[in-house]
Amino acid sequence: MNYLWAGMLLLGIVYGGFRGEMAAITEAALSSAKEAVSLCITLLGVMCFWVGMMNIAQKSGLLRTLAEKLDPLLNFLFPTLKKETKAKEYIATNVIANIFGLGWAATPAGLSAMQELKKVSRQKEGVASREMCTFLVLNISSLQLIPVNMIAYRSQYGSANPSMITGPAILATAISTLVAVIFCKLACMGREDRL
Amino acid sequence: MKLLLYISDAIIPILLFIILFHALLGKGRVYEDFLEGAKDGFHTVIGIMPTLIGLMCAVGVLRASGFLTDLAVWLGKIIPEEVFPSVLLPAAIVKMFSSSAATGLVLDIFKEYGPDSSNGLIVSLMGSCTETIFYTMSVYFMSVGIRKTRWTLAGALVATLAGLIASVILGQML
Repeated sequence: MNYLWAGMLLLGIVYGGFRGEMAAITEAALSSAKEAVSLCITLLGVMCFWVGMMNIAQKSGLLRTLAEKLDPLLNFLFPTLKKETKAKEYIATNVIANIFGLGWAATPAGLSAMQELKKVSRQKEGVASREMCTFLVLNISSLQLIPVNMIAYRSQYGSANPSMITGPAILATAISTLVAVIFCKLACMGREDRL
Repeated sequence: MKLLLYISDAIIPILLFIILFHALLGKGRVYEDFLEGAKDGFHTVIGIMPTLIGLMCAVGVLRASGFLTDLAVWLGKIIPEEVFPSVLLPAAIVKMFSSSAATGLVLDIFKEYGPDSSNGLIVSLMGSCTETIFYTMSVYFMSVGIRKTRWTLAGALVATLAGLIASVILGQML
């Protein structure tokens, strides 16, 4: 993470310097900081509300019912989490929210899942466990079935058939997710977690 | 189409209703549970706030430097037009860093080529099957203090690449 972050900044500054974009870079740094704060304020409301609702669902056992339905799948993806029901409940919530395209419900569940995964991690402090890596790669591979945003944009720009992409989009998402699963399975085979 | 949009509008209220209804049936102390969770959510956001500011500044600087657009131009020269249309490269690359910036580029392509053109279809699919890699990684990992991310980035890039290739092939078939 350190190199990634510093790399983006250094590359931006050096490259921008060569292109004579120094003023734009200063402007971008300041305006991005401002944008991040306003994003956080929006996020604060959404997270409080949604994690609160999720806590109700967790206490009432609704999440457990949900996770049990996904259990075979979750046990395949995360074989070491067989007994970690709480982590699996949040992972199941995140996966389902992602499938339905509820991004703002998926993030709070995902962050709660990360906290549970940290509790059961057998890695050293600051090192990602395989479960964390698998969970993130899956999230990034996109699980959303129906691209609602994209369909809305398409109709806004005068498409004759905005939802014609639904079928192929499901296929494309399935392919990227399948590749992600295969990659994670291979990567998990390669290296053993430290105890 | 109408039904689809209606369902996506109605799904959140219905979900909230189910959660509350189910909890009240089980005599849950709903408001107390809600407040407890809301407090957790509050702390999580405050915790990731510095991460988000740092990340968004870095992405902002990188975008302002013109590197991402130039990278797309160079890649467009290397990659044959039949394999990947070069006008779509900026959107594909920017999507890995920032979702909102990528949406702007997608809409530009809709405006120029039309959403039902070959390019419009490919870019619609691309947007549907990829996620912002760097945003997701830093927010999720930093929220639990992870510095070494091991093979996450490699896996994310491989999955995204698979999605991009699938989009181009499927988009040209439509």
